[in-house]
Amino acid sequence: MGSRQIDVGTTNKPLMAAAAVLLLIPNVGLLWVGSYARVEPVVAGFPFFIWYQFAWVFLCSACTATALRLIRLARPRRAGGAR
Amino acid sequence: MNAGINYTALGVLVALFVLVTVMGFWASNWRRGEHLESLDEWGLGGRTFGVWITWFLIGGDIYTAYTFVAVPAAMFATGAVAGFFAVPYTIILYPIIFIYMARLWSVSYRHGYVTSADFVRGRYGSRELSLAVSVTGILATMPYIALQLVGIQAVLEVVGVGGAGSFIAKALPLIIAFALLAAYTHSAGLRAPAMIAFVKDTLIYIVILAAIVYLPAQVGGWAHVFEAARAKMTAINPATGAPVGVFIPSAQQYWAYATLALGSAMALFMYPHSITATLSSRSRNTIRHNATILPAYSFVLGLLALLGWVAIAAGTKPIGLDGKVNVQLVIPQLFEDYFPPWFAGVAFAAVAIGALVPAAIMSIAASNTFTRNIYREWINPHATHAQEASVSKVIALVVKASALIFVLTLDKQNAINFQLLGGIWILQTFPAIVFGLYTRWFHSWGLLVGWAAGMVYGTVTAYNLVNPATGNHFAGSLAMIPVIGQLGYIALTAFSINALLAAVVTVVMNVVKVPHGRDETTATDYLADEGDPRAEKRVEHTLPAI
Repeated sequence: MGSRQIDVGTTNKPLMAAAAVLLLIPNVGLLWVGSYARVEPVVAGFPFFIWYQFAWVFLCSACTATALRLIRLARPRRAGGAR
Repeated sequence: MNAGINYTALGVLVALFVLVTVMGFWASNWRRGEHLESLDEWGLGGRTFGVWITWFLIGGDIYTAYTFVAVPAAMFATGAVAGFFAVPYTIILYPIIFIYMARLWSVSYRHGYVTSADFVRGRYGSRELSLAVSVTGILATMPYIALQLVGIQAVLEVVGVGGAGSFIAKALPLIIAFALLAAYTHSAGLRAPAMIAFVKDTLIYIVILAAIVYLPAQVGGWAHVFEAARAKMTAINPATGAPVGVFIPSAQQYWAYATLALGSAMALFMYPHSITATLSSRSRNTIRHNATILPAYSFVLGLLALLGWVAIAAGTKPIGLDGKVNVQLVIPQLFEDYFPPWFAGVAFAAVAIGALVPAAIMSIAASNTFTRNIYREWINPHATHAQEASVSKVIALVVKASALIFVLTLDKQNAINFQLLGGIWILQTFPAIVFGLYTRWFHSWGLLVGWAAGMVYGTVTAYNLVNPATGNHFAGSLAMIPVIGQLGYIALTAFSINALLAAVVTVVMNVVKVPHGRDETTATDYLADEGDPRAEKRVEHTLPAI
């Protein structure tokens, strides 16, 4: 365990930037209220306003999970420490 | 409302309550480290919790009984802006905490920090700023604990217990519940709520999924539910001349909806209990891994919010034992009306146990903060680990007793008002904590001035909101945002003023050359992970990793 040293220099910047973009996407999707505050299209009785936000539960999970993978790739030396 | 006591439901409720009580006491032997007599062990469970325990612990911690009662009640009473914002709030929460909580974990791991105020003390070398952060944390947490009791009261009242009669009859069930909670938290520390969280979350998932499959069909299907909600929300309230509530936000409400979601998401992990649950995890990325799986709770919360609208379609009458309308009773009442008694009992147990987990973690977190940042910092600087743990245990009892007295003697509207203020206050610690995780540019006096301004602005603005119908202060969380000119969440406006002032005062401090405090952290501290050789071990753990 003691051999796992922190080396800030090995961080892959483009991968970190991609992860940051992934984390930003759900915020834009949900804070831009005007883009989804409407009834149509209704799906199975649910107004768009409702089911759109439920859909973001899964989309957001996918975004954060992908961001986590990218971050582990970007800083490989510490990847073994997380379970 | 039935006049009598629902004995079947009450029996199931009591049986499940006894089960978690036994588990709570047994928890002191669970994954035990060598020395329970330290804050790392008692207050952070030895910092050994992996991904799944952390998932249950944080889920049990932040999706509280009060949330489960209040969110559908708000949907039932005034609709989407007051209630459904909880869904975007608890979704964007995770990408937001993903960014900074791992850094807080790392620096806390390496320096043995137990609270956010510990970090602020180490980062800025400022006792005053650390005190401001710790006092804010304790003040914001206290009413939150009290509201958990309101959640238990709501189910007891619908079962037919404790709403009327003498003070003792009213108070006794709550006193017993809290005394048991206090006893096993005292002996097992954070391990007790971590273990009970398994039961709580399992019950919550079962109940909500059953409710969401069964109830809408009983009241005429989802299309009918949404039509009933639309009809109620768009009708004109004769008292105010305005619509009753919001079905889908209109253009004037976009800012309100978005700022409520963003402000609440930024605030949640500034609460001591969220930080305690995060720091108790085993490695840097445990919290990030959790950010990818915790949205499962947000999905359930969204379904639960919709049950508020199901109750509209069902014509639920949330009337308390005193004969008055109390919208907080709407979900327990809906369950009692439509579920067989035994399953209603399971549902009530889910809410009541759902109150115990956060109440335990919150009281531990508040007492850790008191011990580390007030007792050790200002009263007894040479406290040993054992002294810290024993002070913390006593304070946890005091905190719970105060919450109990608060709820039993004062109108519960006070608890609700204070919790609303608590949300505004806790966000004012964000600049000191989160900005500090990335930069030492801000001067501690700048952050302190910004904090004070945010606290004053937020409190005064919330106080000045008066309900036109009742004349009561603290009538909501929304006020006109200066410059933008739209209604928005007061906490976020206060935060903006706070951050702006912190920057301005920092520049002034630099110009007049007021020295910065000593920073005991280094750049690599913020990236440290499990097993780091330079971690400051407060207690040696002999427990093998599972």
